[in-house]
Amino acid sequence: MSRLIELLAIGVSLGSIYALIAVGFAVIFKGTRVVNFAQGSLLLLGAYVVAALSPHTGFWPALGIGLGAGALGGLVLYWLVGLVPHGEHMTLSILTIGADVLLATELARRIGSRVMPTGDPWADGVWRVGGLVVPYSRTAALLSALLVIGLLFVVFKRTTWGVSWRSAAADPEVATLMGIRLRRVRAASWLIGGALATLAGLFLVAFPNTGVEPHTGLLALRAVPAVIIGGLDSPEGAVAGGIAVGVTETLVAGYADELGFLGQGAGDVTPYLLMILILLWRPSGLFGSKEAVRV
Amino acid sequence: MSRVMRTVGTVAALGVLVAMPFYLDAFWLQVGAFMMAAIIGAIGLTVLVGTAGQLSLAHAFFLAAGAYGYAFLAGEPGAGSAGTTLAGAGLPTPLAALLAVALAGGAGLAFSPVAGRLNGLYLGVASLGLVFLGQHVLFNARPVTGGFNGRSVPELSVFGFRLTGDEPELVLLGVPFGARERLWYVALACAVAGYVVAGRIVRGRPGRAMRLMRQNPIAAASMGVPLRRYRAGAFVLSAMYAGLAGILIALTARRIVPDYFGLVLSIEYLAMVVIGGLGSVRGAAVGAAFVTGLPLVLSHYGDDIGFLARPGEDGVDAATAVRMLYGAAIVAFVIGSAQQARKAQKARKGTPNAITITMDRARRALPGGARRRLQRQGR
Repeated sequence: MSRLIELLAIGVSLGSIYALIAVGFAVIFKGTRVVNFAQGSLLLLGAYVVAALSPHTGFWPALGIGLGAGALGGLVLYWLVGLVPHGEHMTLSILTIGADVLLATELARRIGSRVMPTGDPWADGVWRVGGLVVPYSRTAALLSALLVIGLLFVVFKRTTWGVSWRSAAADPEVATLMGIRLRRVRAASWLIGGALATLAGLFLVAFPNTGVEPHTGLLALRAVPAVIIGGLDSPEGAVAGGIAVGVTETLVAGYADELGFLGQGAGDVTPYLLMILILLWRPSGLFGSKEAVRV
Repeated sequence: MSRVMRTVGTVAALGVLVAMPFYLDAFWLQVGAFMMAAIIGAIGLTVLVGTAGQLSLAHAFFLAAGAYGYAFLAGEPGAGSAGTTLAGAGLPTPLAALLAVALAGGAGLAFSPVAGRLNGLYLGVASLGLVFLGQHVLFNARPVTGGFNGRSVPELSVFGFRLTGDEPELVLLGVPFGARERLWYVALACAVAGYVVAGRIVRGRPGRAMRLMRQNPIAAASMGVPLRRYRAGAFVLSAMYAGLAGILIALTARRIVPDYFGLVLSIEYLAMVVIGGLGSVRGAAVGAAFVTGLPLVLSHYGDDIGFLARPGEDGVDAATAVRMLYGAAIVAFVIGSAQQARKAQKARKGTPNAITITMDRARRALPGGARRRLQRQGR
């Protein structure tokens, strides 16, 4: 029983990291209707910058610069996507795949065979509460995810800027007529996406993992089932999907002995199975807006 | 005239391809076989992505379905590497190849409840799941796939004549016809057949329906195109092409390992169809030859080229260089073709008439900033 609770706690905290990535996906998709397949390499970029700078500047300044780098990376992608006028969304998404290959290859070359720790203040400390063992880093991840995502939702719901973002997402033409500057609003979506990816990357490479590796970017693809489960255009759904993926993955990995028939490493792939099952049931995800076509 | 020229060109190209095995050495024959396998796979993907407008990142999964399907159906039961026991159906190899293509198509059909209901982009994201699930199965279903170390692939043979092996010995015009030479012709026959069939599908009635479906699903539906069936159909077709390509890859490589059939492979195939121009069968063939051939040639002649580092050294090695090149190629070709389309659209605007002249005058009357903004928007 205590094992179940521990797994749930770890699952929720891991899920909150996935939620950060997934919200980034969803914000970019809702804002510009492009699936940013380069989210993984943005994550790697941010984490790499933090890990490379923190021995020189200390952790917190490095984190600030890393977040800036991730956001800037998002902005560069937005600029690239903008070079394709009136492009189909599918073509634009393929463009981000190309950008992802480029960025990920270059970063992998720079990192080489090293494992770069980010030097975060949580190190390998753990909470022990009544038999539960939860790393500090995961607690920090959960709290920061709650804080950042909560703040983001308040901004979307309560501020003038949030209203303009939502109206630009709902109907770009009407929004333009109302005097909303689409470019700025869209650029902001990519900035937010990039920064969220960096934050997630920071926590993904923290304890129990050891540091930034060339394959860290691939971890962002675990957030793909999360966004699909929640619905691509729903940031709220992305949070729910992220938690669902984190918990499923941890539970299946934790009970690997009992679930031996699923094979080795089943925890890594069950989220994808869950995604396909949910798609069969609800093609636009749990919270996604249904595609209504009027002829 | 142009039609005659085209026929002459096609015949000449085919003649050159048929004559190749008399001149090329084993390395180039193998590169050629890999290229032709990739051409088949890329043609299937370009019909799905370019013509039907359904993005798929699951191509590696269907390649694996074909490759492992053939290896299992044609293989004899026996001991594999690292102490595993392999199962095998031991069917005649041509039958096994046909069934493996059908198996890949069946895998596509099994996914069609998802593939038929999701439109382009959503499918692309969802199909990522298939690659990861597929690789998981490949690593873990050891009796069928041989697990991490993979399994070796039986040679294709008809009535004792090895189509991809060395027996019986055969010498044509003084050139010994071994496994590589024979494989070249098998691959060539498959590639030509695949090319012709895809060309007819794309130019014919189904192709027209699929293009309309991509451009405007509502218009297509109201013209009587059953969207779900066409989406699922395009998916199954591309899966079968991938299955055939997978079999040829297996026959060429002679041993297949699960590591190969990962997301990177899917992205390589996407790069092929993007480089060739989405929806163009000929373009897919060119893109496939380029993306498949380049890394093989670079790693073979890497020492002579000089600027590439050997694996393990600092600097850019062949694999990294190739990945960067096709990443950049995807970006460049997407942007390039979009700019081209925009120019073509501008050029189509036609001869000036009363309306356009008035509009031009109105534009000239605007202050500079507003005029430039309109220009940027292409109006």
